[in-house]
Amino acid sequence: MLNNAYPALATGRRLPNLWDVVAILCVFGAIVGLVHVGRGALVPLNAPHATEISLDPANLPGYAVRTTLRMFAAILASLLFTLTYATAAAKSRRLGLVLVPILDILQSVPILGFLTFTVVFFMSLFPGQVLGLELAAVFAIFTSQAWNMAFSFYQSLKTVPADLAEASVSFHLTGWQRFWRLEVPFAVPGLVWNTMMSMSGGWFFVVASEAISVGDNTWKLPGIGSYVALALEQRDIHAVLYAIGAMLVVILLYDQLLFRPLVAWSAKFRFETTASATADDPWVLRIIRRTRLLQLAGGAVGSAVGAFGGLRLSFLPRRSASAADHKPSRVVDALCLLALVPVLAWAVYHLVGFVSTELSWADLGQVFVLGLITMLRVIVLIALATLIWVPIGVWIGLRPVWARRVQPLAQFLAAFPANLLFPPVVLAIVSFHLNPDIWLTPLMVLGTQWYILFNVVAGAAAFPGDLQEAAKNFQVGGFLWWRRVILPGIFSYYVTGAITASGGSWNAAIVAEVVSWGTTKLTAHGLGAYIADATDKGDMARVVLGVAVMSGFVLLFNRLLWRPLYGYAQRRLTLA
Amino acid sequence: MDTIIAAHPTLLEVEACRQSYRKDAGNADLVVLEDVNLTLREGEIVALLGRSGSGKSTLLRIVAGLLKPTAGRVTWRGEPIKGPADGVAMVFQSFALFPWLTVQENVELGLEARGVPRVEREQRAEAAIDLIGLGGFESAYPKELSGGMRQRVGLARALVVHPDLLLMDEPFSALDVLTAETLRTDLIDLWSDGRLPVKSVLMVTHNIEEAVLMTDRILVFSTNPGRVASELVVPFPHPRNRLDPAFRQMVDDIYALMTRRPAPGLRAATALAPAAIAMPLHRVGTNMMSGLMETLAGPPYEGRADLPALAGSLQLEADELLPLGETLQLLHFAVVEEGDIHLTDQGRSFVNAETDDRKRLFAEALRAHVPLAAMIRQVLDERWNHRASAVRFRDELEDHMSPDYADETLRSVIGWGRYAELFSYDEEAEQFSLEDIE
Repeated sequence: MLNNAYPALATGRRLPNLWDVVAILCVFGAIVGLVHVGRGALVPLNAPHATEISLDPANLPGYAVRTTLRMFAAILASLLFTLTYATAAAKSRRLGLVLVPILDILQSVPILGFLTFTVVFFMSLFPGQVLGLELAAVFAIFTSQAWNMAFSFYQSLKTVPADLAEASVSFHLTGWQRFWRLEVPFAVPGLVWNTMMSMSGGWFFVVASEAISVGDNTWKLPGIGSYVALALEQRDIHAVLYAIGAMLVVILLYDQLLFRPLVAWSAKFRFETTASATADDPWVLRIIRRTRLLQLAGGAVGSAVGAFGGLRLSFLPRRSASAADHKPSRVVDALCLLALVPVLAWAVYHLVGFVSTELSWADLGQVFVLGLITMLRVIVLIALATLIWVPIGVWIGLRPVWARRVQPLAQFLAAFPANLLFPPVVLAIVSFHLNPDIWLTPLMVLGTQWYILFNVVAGAAAFPGDLQEAAKNFQVGGFLWWRRVILPGIFSYYVTGAITASGGSWNAAIVAEVVSWGTTKLTAHGLGAYIADATDKGDMARVVLGVAVMSGFVLLFNRLLWRPLYGYAQRRLTLA
Repeated sequence: MDTIIAAHPTLLEVEACRQSYRKDAGNADLVVLEDVNLTLREGEIVALLGRSGSGKSTLLRIVAGLLKPTAGRVTWRGEPIKGPADGVAMVFQSFALFPWLTVQENVELGLEARGVPRVEREQRAEAAIDLIGLGGFESAYPKELSGGMRQRVGLARALVVHPDLLLMDEPFSALDVLTAETLRTDLIDLWSDGRLPVKSVLMVTHNIEEAVLMTDRILVFSTNPGRVASELVVPFPHPRNRLDPAFRQMVDDIYALMTRRPAPGLRAATALAPAAIAMPLHRVGTNMMSGLMETLAGPPYEGRADLPALAGSLQLEADELLPLGETLQLLHFAVVEEGDIHLTDQGRSFVNAETDDRKRLFAEALRAHVPLAAMIRQVLDERWNHRASAVRFRDELEDHMSPDYADETLRSVIGWGRYAELFSYDEEAEQFSLEDIE
């Protein structure tokens, strides 16, 4: 399962190339365009009655349901996006050249910074209606979920086993049948895992996206996020605690009712030829499998899906031979690139025009320095989290009984939106007069450190027994044991966890560097605070600049540090 | 039997088939198959026999419509093949079962793709599953089955579409000896009884005995480039007895055929005199080499052995034994001819030497007879820092052979060079050096 956790890294590209530049321009061009449309259509909106929030805990279940529905709407949208976008990128070499880098860039762009503008855009689509706000919230959640799912699916499509692909051709499967019988099933384990990760990421955005202020107007969609926002405004710590409780219940419910069964079910699609030891079925799946009525229903759904996938549709003429002997035509390649030129020119023109009227080189310098500060934070935090959680994770992982207990807990903690835990920390900082530049920092890893923990636990649990025995037999102990035995053994797992943790921390900076409690506002110096501040003021130019620089930092961080480490771990330190 | 089959209608015809890959750099094409002709009639089982890399699997994929030949005509029932033809089904070496489908669903797959209605699909799948001896396993998933049972599913999946031609790509080579034998005899029994719903079978194998045991006709492929070196008719009726002297004689003859050195004229015509370093090397371990030489030197062989007998007693397949023998021949430690292998004087002195002397002898043989190894050492000696990147050697090899072969050749030479302490190699940096070499 963990192998699928970060498939994007397997591609091994490092230094940004031409296509990355193209992708960056496309993404930012589109964003600026979107913002432009949104801004032009900005019409005064009277806050509808439907968007009033009350702090009465009795309303919380209703809010929780609405929030959860938004989450699932976004997941659905992400799935649709995944099945189409990733398929297009994988099936067409030329589309892939552009689509894959775009995905890579989108993955590292903190969309949170653009929230204000996407809200304006969607509200302009449905002026005066709550639907616009709803769509904006769903879109914000979608942007936090879709990319890694699409990447995982793309990676699966690219690694479909050759013999199965040949078998499906030689047994005359149509393109449609091949997609549903071979490619989708093959991708299921990775996709389920990434959907789960996306769901956790989405909670973080829910809290930020339900209560939105644009300029002087503030809208609050009924939901847990708005409830928390209001509680913060009114300094109601009890309400915050209620919200945390409600969130715990919701996460526990969908974890138990949906994801545990899904993960267990997806094991069926794991591509392995030997039966491996599998965990017990989670109780929900057991109920479904043993209850006759549910089983019938499940069977009906299954055969409906089967019939759907079995339709003999074909969108492309059946290809006679493998792709190897289709020689790619350089002429068509050149034409495609040429067609891109006007689009790029348009994007460059707008970006330059837009940026040059409102920004100076000094702004860039300032943002760069702020970026360095935030980077320092991320590095220190990941280092600290590593020092703390690696020994603990190893200790737990080597004790199977503990590992079984702790693993779900760590995954659960990773799913919990850490921004809900901010208020108590803010209270502490205010009452003890602590330095926000230092003490706001831990908030950035509050939610993401668990990825390090549960990956290390998984790695230590998978560490081969014979190697442990050998180490004992030769009396390898103390520091030598860490250096020569266990650290190399868990390294690839650790890197997987650390990548997720560091990516999440960058994103969290936007929320964690500025926090407020009633009228008290604590600000740390950093790029996150800069973006949050510009968003508050509606200063689009500075938001774009801040987000662009942050994306650049994340991208370089990934390409220059994490991917080489990941590649090294894959080559040298995997126990194959 | 010949005359009867010759009167049967022709199913498949391959004429002057050629398959090559073009290198980007614009060098000469890498030829995998050259001028292959094959006619297949109803009622016969034909084997494509050859070493790995002789292009026999490529030919099978061309016939299956999975690959398009670079040149030549391939016709199925008189029509040129464009894509997988109806009436052709394939059994894969790796089984190629869908792990998320049950046995029944796997078997039904081909029918479903053809739009056969559900009821008929289920009936035909049941029949195929029973025929092949899988009854009771319908609802099992592939990972619950042993290798032999999995290949039975692969067979049932192919048979259920009632193909006129059954293609089998080394169907038994991933199975253990006993299981493979059971499957072979089961299949031949069904064929002899006329219960197999196919008209003809084309199978790829590197196992000489398997070909003689099962098929009516054997096409023996030569390597570099792959071409049909000879065609043999197997005259024995089924069931065949492996211990029958005539059977043994035929196996011996094929060994001799496969170890025969190509006539000088033929070699000059096919290979455009590649640079000496671009000699493809087999990935043969040094332990295997010394093991074989020690076995040969000892009783009962006393320096000379019959290859089929040796293969039998060492439990090696022809595909493993022949590269081993050829490598020893390349190093002048042994000579292989007409199905026999015998040790040379160098081979004997290697066997009698201690570890360090063995390494010295091996190093001498490498420098004298493996130009690539000699060149790597020479480059290292000439460089001031005694380092050289493997990439340049790989590139040079890839000018003359496919990337896979280049890789295998380079890996072989690295393994041998390390053993001989001719040079050392840093995998991470992909670099040769003279570190730790005195």
